[in-house]
Amino acid sequence: MTITRRRFIKTLGAASALSLGGTPFLALGANRQIVIIGGGIGGTTAARQIRLIDPTIDVTLIEPKQHYYTCFMSNEVLCGKRKLSSIRFDYTGLKALDINVIHDKATHITPNRQKITTKGGKTLSYDRCIIAPGIDFKWESIDGFDEKTARIFPHAWQAGQQTEILQKQLGSMPNGGTVIITPPSGPMRAPHAPYERASQIAHYLKQHKSRSKVLIFDAKIAFPQQALFFQAWEKLFGYGTHSSLIEWYGGPDYALIRLDTASHTIITVAGDRHTGDILNIIPAQQAGHIAATAGLTDTSGWCPVDLHTFESTQHKGIHIIGDACIANPMQKLGSAANSQAKACAAAVTSLLNGRAPGPAVFTDVAYSTMGEAYTFSTVGTYRLAKGSNSLTRVAGGSTPSDASATHLKREAAYAESWFNNLTKDTFG
Amino acid sequence: MKPDYHQYWQPTVFIIGLIFSTLSGNSSAATSDNSNIRLLAGGCNICHGPDGISSGPAIPSIAGLSGEYLRSTLEGFKSGEIPSTSMGRIVKAYNSDELQALAAHYSGRPFINARQPYNPKQAKRGEKLHEQYCEKCHARGGQSVDDDAGRLAGQWRPYLIWALKDFRSGQRIAGKKMQQRLDKLYIRKGKAGFSALLHYYASQKQ
Ligand SMILES: Cc1cc2nc3c(=O)[nH]c(=O)nc-3n(C[C@H](O)[C@H](O)[C@H](O)COP(=O)(O)OP(=O)(O)OC[C@H]3O[C@@H](n4cnc5c(N)ncnc54)[C@H](O)[C@@H]3O)c2cc1C
Ligand code: HEC
Ligand code: HEC
Repeated sequence: MTITRRRFIKTLGAASALSLGGTPFLALGANRQIVIIGGGIGGTTAARQIRLIDPTIDVTLIEPKQHYYTCFMSNEVLCGKRKLSSIRFDYTGLKALDINVIHDKATHITPNRQKITTKGGKTLSYDRCIIAPGIDFKWESIDGFDEKTARIFPHAWQAGQQTEILQKQLGSMPNGGTVIITPPSGPMRAPHAPYERASQIAHYLKQHKSRSKVLIFDAKIAFPQQALFFQAWEKLFGYGTHSSLIEWYGGPDYALIRLDTASHTIITVAGDRHTGDILNIIPAQQAGHIAATAGLTDTSGWCPVDLHTFESTQHKGIHIIGDACIANPMQKLGSAANSQAKACAAAVTSLLNGRAPGPAVFTDVAYSTMGEAYTFSTVGTYRLAKGSNSLTRVAGGSTPSDASATHLKREAAYAESWFNNLTKDTFG
Repeated sequence: MKPDYHQYWQPTVFIIGLIFSTLSGNSSAATSDNSNIRLLAGGCNICHGPDGISSGPAIPSIAGLSGEYLRSTLEGFKSGEIPSTSMGRIVKAYNSDELQALAAHYSGRPFINARQPYNPKQAKRGEKLHEQYCEKCHARGGQSVDDDAGRLAGQWRPYLIWALKDFRSGQRIAGKKMQQRLDKLYIRKGKAGFSALLHYYASQKQ
């Protein structure tokens, strides 16, 4: 009881706490427990929001890493515009809110006993569990590629060490070198981001190694905001000409099936071989491993949920948010994970308090930076139609193709702000 | 026929609910309304920061502005009357009651001045110009929001620069009187005058 009262005061701030006067706080017997697995964008946001909505609930977050590196803005680290430390965050903000952060890895969930076990040997009970484990890679989809090989041929689709490897490789690549990027087929984290990455790398090459090239061999026939990317590439990198810094080849024939590590060569479905100095191989993706272990994924490899609460349709009492869940047509984005976490936090606290969850609005935002003062964006706002489990995009859209230079410059500064504000809203 | 989305909104219930829910902790109907505004504002905070306080460097803070200014600005983005890079694409998702509720929500949150560099000499000069040209409607050195004008003191500088550029170019229409002041200031003091004003607004840190 004293703990929850202290939380109230922390949450409300000193001024409002005074107005509580001497009113004794009524606790509902034993504290309810919410355990969150994964301290990325989704899990961290959920922990904070639950605390802000109902300080009487105990919140535990399980996350193996001491530091989290955002994937968004990690492309800007590659070209040297940002330092790796600028995308690093930690959990002091959560701890200050009296959230129990356990640096450990969840290895097992037993839904019918509402228990979680960890690698470190802990067992935790929950009234509701939220999992936000992000993505895992389908390593088996590429012959010759695995987690170990990825230290030489980085995906950099989970930020941190992988980002650093790719950045260092770019730094030491000779002028005239070739960078190959291979976006996968199927649903993936940040589907616009391979092309933003190509742009950021080309931006770096243009300044430092202008005889080099970025080649994209894409399993997809088309990609998000393609027209805006092509337009930017034409303006900035000579796209479509012989001397273009970027070349893009897309379609099922270009899908990567094999990697020859010794010769730095990728082999496509069509049997073509392409050799590069740097191979940025982005494998096909699925929900983070724990989701499959706990029986929360369907045949697609992602987790079906009731979008009103994000509760699994396969196991009661477990909610899945972020990249791991199926929430089309929202994109698998950090902004979406933050938005889903807010809806889920509201739903879970409502359920624990015996109330019906309120209506949610969802937002996702992606900024793509092409070069100096050249950024465009896509936003989406989504709602649930009444009595259905499907989301509709009710508003949003991309930067118009005839946007002025002034507009693109403003969006560059707004992108920086969005990064600062989203991470502040998430980590505190 | 438009599909029926969950978007019905009753601002009065929410405000009362917010007060009671934070005080009593368990008043059932109240807390659920509290989470309703959280859900509605949740998407805004992704870009504007928690409780509408932006960490910058450019997206404006929207906490503590006047409710009427917020409402009419959001409607202005929606109709296209106020130019924007992204707000116009976003606000179309919300009906007028919801925009009203969002306006009420953010106007009730405290504004926090942005910390940004400024030149003290310029700021001094800007203070005088502000008194002469702008104080009438942007009272207390641009801190007041009582005249349903935007907040100038402590707002992010790039945002203010661009708002002023849009007023100058005619892309955003200012009230007649404000436009006269802007024009006068421009004719008499030129760009340097505006620059001094912006240093003054950045200097206000309370
Ligand atoms: C290059 C790039 C650019 C991007 N650009 C944008 C953008 O412009 N806008 C945008 O909104 N998003 C962007 N994203 C996407 C964004 O990074 C992800 O969508 C977001 O991180 C998803 O959040 P999440 O919480 O689902 O997963 P994550 O943030 O990946 O978090 C998952 C966490 O779970 C932990 N975890 C996993 N398994 C366990 C376990 N068993 N036990 C305990 N913890 C576990 C992991 O350690 C990790 O910290 C981009 C991504 C990339 C790669
Ligand atoms: C994608 C990021 C993004 C999201 C999401 C967003 N905003 Fe904005 N907002 C901006 C930007 C950028 C501006 C500056 C105008 C522009 O170029 O769009 C702005 C400007 C504003 C302004 C004008 C401030 C002033 O001083 O005049 C208000 C008010 C506002 N937003 C409110 C909101 C509300 C309410 C929401 C949620 C419904 C919201 N915004 C969601 C990015 C965003
Ligand atoms: C006659 C009253 C009046 C005067 C004088 C006036 N303003 Fe304003 N100002 C307003 C009102 C009302 C608004 C908000 C409504 C709108 O968009 O026109 C506003 C809005 C603004 C905004 C946009 C704020 C935002 O957040 O987008 C800026 C910037 C601004 N004024 C600057 C100035 C400056 C600088 C001066 C002095 C040179 C000045 N104003 C003088 C009434 C005035």
